[in-house]
Amino acid sequence: MSPTAAGLVQVGILVVALAVVHRPLGDHMARVYSATKHSKLELAIYRLGRVDPDAGQKWSIYAFGVLGFSFVSVVVLYVLQRIQSVLPFDFGRGDVPPGMSFNTAISFVTNTNWQSYVPETVMGHTVQMAGLTVQNFVSAAVGMAVAVALVRGFLRHQSDRLGNFWVDLVRGVVRILLPISFVFAIVLIALGVTMSLKSGVHVDGQLVATAPVASQEAVKELGTNGGGILNANSAHPFENPNAWSNLVEIFLLLVIPVSLTRTFGTLVGNKKQGYVLLSVMGLIWSAMLAVIWVAEANGLRPLEGKELRFGVPGSAIFANSTTSTSTGAINSLHDSFTGLGGGGTLLNMLFGEMTPGGAGTGLYSILVMAIIAMFLAGLMVGRTPEYLGKKLGREEVTAAAVSILAMPTVLLIFAGVAAVLPSTGAALNNPGSHGLSEILYAYASASNNNGSAFAGITVTNDWFQSSLGVCMAFGRFLPIVAVLALAGSLAAQKKVPVTAGTLPTTGPLFATLLAGTIVLVAALTFVPALALGPIAEALL
Amino acid sequence: MTTTIEKPVAPKPKVVARGHLADAVPDAFRKLHPRHQLRNPVMFVVWVGSLLVTVFAISDPRVFTAAVAVWLWFTVLFANLAEAVAEGRGKAQADSLRRTKTDAVARLLDGDVLPGAELKIGDLVVVEAGEVIPGDGDVVEGIATVDESAITGESAPVIRESGGDRCAVTGGTTVLSDRIVVRITTKPGESFVDRMIALVEGAERQKTPNEVALTILLSTLTIIFLLAVVALQPFAIYSGGEQSVVVLTALLVCLIPTTIGALLSAIGIAGMDRLVQRNVLAMSGKAVEAAGDIDTLLLDKTGTITWGNRRATEFVPVDGASHDELVAAARLASLADGTPEGRSILDLTGGQPATEHEKTGDFVPFAAQTRMSGIDLGDRRIRKGAASAFTLTAQAREVVDEISEQGGTPLVVAENDVVLGVIRLSDVVKPGMKARFAELRAMGIRTVMVTGDNPLTAKAIAAEAGVDDFLAEAKPEDKMALIREEQEGGRLVAMTGDGTNDAPALAQSDVGVAMNTGTSAAKEAGNMVDLDSDPTKLIEIVQIGKQLLITRGALTTFSVANDLAKYFAILPAMFAAIYPQLGLLNIMGLATPQSAILSAVIFNALIIVVLIPLALKGVRYTPSSASALLRRNLLIYGLGGIVTPFVGIWLIDLLVRLIPGIG
Repeated sequence: MSPTAAGLVQVGILVVALAVVHRPLGDHMARVYSATKHSKLELAIYRLGRVDPDAGQKWSIYAFGVLGFSFVSVVVLYVLQRIQSVLPFDFGRGDVPPGMSFNTAISFVTNTNWQSYVPETVMGHTVQMAGLTVQNFVSAAVGMAVAVALVRGFLRHQSDRLGNFWVDLVRGVVRILLPISFVFAIVLIALGVTMSLKSGVHVDGQLVATAPVASQEAVKELGTNGGGILNANSAHPFENPNAWSNLVEIFLLLVIPVSLTRTFGTLVGNKKQGYVLLSVMGLIWSAMLAVIWVAEANGLRPLEGKELRFGVPGSAIFANSTTSTSTGAINSLHDSFTGLGGGGTLLNMLFGEMTPGGAGTGLYSILVMAIIAMFLAGLMVGRTPEYLGKKLGREEVTAAAVSILAMPTVLLIFAGVAAVLPSTGAALNNPGSHGLSEILYAYASASNNNGSAFAGITVTNDWFQSSLGVCMAFGRFLPIVAVLALAGSLAAQKKVPVTAGTLPTTGPLFATLLAGTIVLVAALTFVPALALGPIAEALL
Repeated sequence: MTTTIEKPVAPKPKVVARGHLADAVPDAFRKLHPRHQLRNPVMFVVWVGSLLVTVFAISDPRVFTAAVAVWLWFTVLFANLAEAVAEGRGKAQADSLRRTKTDAVARLLDGDVLPGAELKIGDLVVVEAGEVIPGDGDVVEGIATVDESAITGESAPVIRESGGDRCAVTGGTTVLSDRIVVRITTKPGESFVDRMIALVEGAERQKTPNEVALTILLSTLTIIFLLAVVALQPFAIYSGGEQSVVVLTALLVCLIPTTIGALLSAIGIAGMDRLVQRNVLAMSGKAVEAAGDIDTLLLDKTGTITWGNRRATEFVPVDGASHDELVAAARLASLADGTPEGRSILDLTGGQPATEHEKTGDFVPFAAQTRMSGIDLGDRRIRKGAASAFTLTAQAREVVDEISEQGGTPLVVAENDVVLGVIRLSDVVKPGMKARFAELRAMGIRTVMVTGDNPLTAKAIAAEAGVDDFLAEAKPEDKMALIREEQEGGRLVAMTGDGTNDAPALAQSDVGVAMNTGTSAAKEAGNMVDLDSDPTKLIEIVQIGKQLLITRGALTTFSVANDLAKYFAILPAMFAAIYPQLGLLNIMGLATPQSAILSAVIFNALIIVVLIPLALKGVRYTPSSASALLRRNLLIYGLGGIVTPFVGIWLIDLLVRLIPGIG
C-alpha cells in the first residue's frame, strides 16, 4: 500500500470510529451532567470537600470555584516540583527551578501542557503521577464543566443558577475521564506502550529513560492535554510505538471534543444543533488536514522532522489533530514542516482551538463564535439577534467579545515584545521569517492552551518562562470567566419562542456562516503577523 | 367598490436633496469637535489617527504623508456628513412644526388670559372658532371642527367633542367652528409638538439596544485591529522592515470598520425619519427596533381588517318571491335609509335614485320598538328589519339562521307583512388583506384578530381574512390578558388602539400604535402615534423596524468583508521591500507602495459617501423567510463586500499613480 493510500485508510478508520463512538459517548456525557443522583464515591468526595452537591451556583460563584480550584492547583503543583528532592522516585533529579516550576504549574493547570523542561532529566515519577497526571484529569474536567455550564445557560430560563462546579468537576473525572483512560491505558500497553516505575532500562548497554507512560498517555490525549512524560512526546517509541497506537492516540485526542457536540445537541433537545457544530469543526479540520498533508508530501524534504514509523500522512493527521484540539502532543517536529504545513498547524491554533478544540473548551469556544455569527446574521434578517431561543443583546455580545479578545490580546502583545527583545535572537534557531514563525507559534501555543512546541526556540530564559506563563493563564481564564458570565446572562433570560421568522441554526447556511466567521476572525486578526512569518516562508 | 387598501403614499423626496447637503457641510465640520467624536469609538480612532498623521505631515512634509492626512480627515468628515445629512432631513420637518408653535394666548375659563407657555396641567381654557388651541388637552365641553393639518398634513377638518374617544386636541391646531373647553393635559415644552420636534431633529436620540450591542462588537473589532497593527511594528522591526507611523495608521484606519462606524447613527436617524415620512411618530428608537421583532400582531377587526360597517352582500328570496321582487322591495325600503348599511343595500340593488313617484312615499324611520324601517307607498307597506320583528315562515327562519351561522347579519324584507326574503349583511374584508397576512406569516408574524363579535361570526371573518387566530367577544380585559399571555411565552406583541379603553393594553404591548384621532390617554400609553390614524400601517411599521436592523447588519458585513482587499493592497506595499515574494499578493497590480496605501485609504473614505444614500434609504426589504433574507444579504453585502474594494482600489490607483511623488 502506498503511504497516501495507507494515510487515507487511517483517516477513514478514524472518521468511522469517531462517527460510531461520538453518539453513545455524547449521550453518556449528557446523562452524566444532567443526572440527579450521586454515587457513593462522589458523595464521599463531596463530604470531604464539604460541598452540598445539590446546591446550584450563580455564574459568579461557579467562576469563583473554577478560579479558586485552579489557583490551589497551581500552588500545589508548584510546591510539588519545588520539593521534588524529598519525594520518592525522584531519581536524584533534584528540585525543579522556580521559573520552570511556575511555568509548568500554570501550563498543566490550564490544560496547556507546554513543557519548558526535559521530563527525563527534570521530573521524577511522583511529580508526574501525583501532580501532572492529576492535572491532566482535572484540567480537562474543568474545561468540560465550563462548557456544560454554558449549555445550561441556553437550557435554563429566568434562572440565576448554572449547576454546581464541584459536581461537574467530580463527575467529569469519575464518570468520564477515569473509566475511558483506564480502558485505553490497557489498550495502549497491549499495543506496546511502556508502563514502568523504573527510571530507565538498559538497551544495548545504553540507559534509556522510561516511566509509567501508558497510564499518562491515555489521559494525555483524552483530556487534550498533550504533555509527554518523555521529551520526544508521541514521537517516542515508548509513548507511541506504531501506526496503530498512533491512530488510537489521534482518536483519543479527538473523541471528547467531537462527542461533546452530541452532548450539546442532546441537552438542547435538538441533535441537529450538535451536528451542525460538528460539521463546521469537521469541515475546517479536513481542509486544514489537506493543506498540511499536501504541503508536507510535496515539501523539499518530505520526511524531515518526521518519524519513519508514521511517515508523512501519519504525521500530518497527528499534527493537524493535535493543533486543532489544543492537545499539543506531537509525533513530529512542526518546526521542520514546510512554510505552508507549519503555518497550517499554527493557523489551527489561531482559529482559537475550536475545530474541534479542547475538552470542553472547543465546545464553548465554538458556541461563542456562533453567538457572534448569529448576532450579525440576526441583524441581517431584521430581528434582534437570537441563538437557541436566547436574545443576543449588550451583555451577551460583551461577554462573547471579551472571550474572543483574550487570546489575540496576550498573544500579539507578548509575541510583539518577544520579537524585539535582544535576548530573543539567542533563543531562536533560525533567523528571518522562520524565526518569527517560531515566536508566533510559541505564543499561539501558550495563549490557546495548546502546548505543542514548534521547537527551534529555546524557551527557558526568564522572559519566556514568565510571559508564556502569563499567556497560558490569561488565554485560559479570561475566556472562562467571560463564558460563565455569558451563561449567566443567557440563563437569566426568558425563552424566545421559535417562529417562522427565526433563523434556523441547523442547516448548511448556518454552517457556512459559522465556518466563515471562524476563519474570518482568525484571518483578519493574524494575517499581518502571518505575512511576515509563514506566508513569507510559504511564498518563497 | 373599487377602493383597494393603498399602502400609505410615502412622499418620496430625493434621498439627499441638494439643499440638505449644503446645510450639512458646515455641520460636518462642527462635528469634528472631540466631544462629538468620543461618542463613536470607531470614528474616534480615525480622528486620533488623522491628528497624528497631520502632525507628521507638518513636521516632515511629503506628498504621500500630506495626502494620507487629507484623506483621513475626509474619512472623519464624510462620517460627520452622513450624520448631518440624516439630521438635516429631520430639521426641515422640525422647522415646519415649529412654525405651528405660535405663541397662542390661552383664555382660561375663569376669564384670565395668559400666554400659552404658562399653562399648567388641569387648566381649563376656552377656544373659539378661528383660534389656535394653546396646548394639548381633552375637550371637556362642546364640539368643534378642528384643522389639524399643521401636524397631520391632512387638510380636511376633523371633529373633536367632549367625552368619548374623539376628545383629544393638540396644541398648535386651529378650531374652525364652534366653541370648546379644553382641559390641558401636558406641560408646555412637553407637548406633542415639542416631542415631535425633538424626535425628528434627533436631539434626544439615544442609542437603541441593538445599536449598543453592535457598537460593542464594532469596538471589539477595532481593538483587535489596533492590536494587530500595533503588534505588527515589532514583527516588522524583527524582520528588518520598520514601518512609519503614517503607514501603520493608514493600515489601521483601513481595517477598522469605519464604513459602518461612520453610517451607524445616520442609519438610526433615517429609520425614525422613514416613520415620520409615513406620518408615524415613534416615541423612542427602541420602539422602532422592537417593531422589527414583533411576533404577534393584534388587529382590531372593525376598521382594520374589515370596512368599518357591515355591508349588504346578498339577497335571498323566500316563499316563492322572485329575486327581482325582493330587490325592488329592498330598494324601496332603503331609499330613505341614511345609515351605511342602508346605503350598502341601495348600492347592491344598483343604486337607482328615487323617482318622483317614489318620493311621494311616507318614509318610516327605524324605531327601537318596531325594530324596522321602510316606506309606505300608496297601499304598499314595505319594511326591512331585524328577524325578530317579523313573523317568519319555516323557510325564512332557515335562511335567517343560516346567515347568522355564517357570521352575517340577516335583515328581513317584507311587504304588507309578507316576508319576501332576507338581505345578508356581512363584514366585508378589505381587499388585499389576505395577501398581507400571508406576507406577515412569511416574516414569522402571527396575526390575531380582535372583535366584539360572537365566536361564530369572528371565525368566519377570520377565515376569510386569513388571520392566524381571533379573539371573539373581546372586552378590553381580554385583550390585555391575551397580550400578557403572549408576552409570558416570550413573544413581542404589537397592537393599535384609539380609545381610552385601549390605553392599558397599548401600554402593555411592546409596540403600541395609538391613532391620532384617539384619546390623549391612548396616545400617552402607546409608544407610537399614527397621524393618519390608519390601523393597517402597523404592517409598514414592522417592515421599517426590520429594514433598520437589516441595514445595520448588511453594512457591518460589507465593512468587515472589505478588509480582505485592503490586506492585499497594503501588506505587499509594506513588506515587499524585505520579502519580495510578498509582491505576489499585489494581485491588483497597484503601482507603488505609496499609491497602494493611498488608494486603500481613499477607497475607505469614498465608500462612506457612496453608501450614505443606502444608509438613509435603508436596504431593500422584501418580506420573506429568515433564511432567504440572510442568503440574499450575505450574497450582496458579504460577497459584494469582498469584491467591491478590489475593483475600487484598483480604479483609484489608476488615478493616484499619476500624482507626482506617489506613482
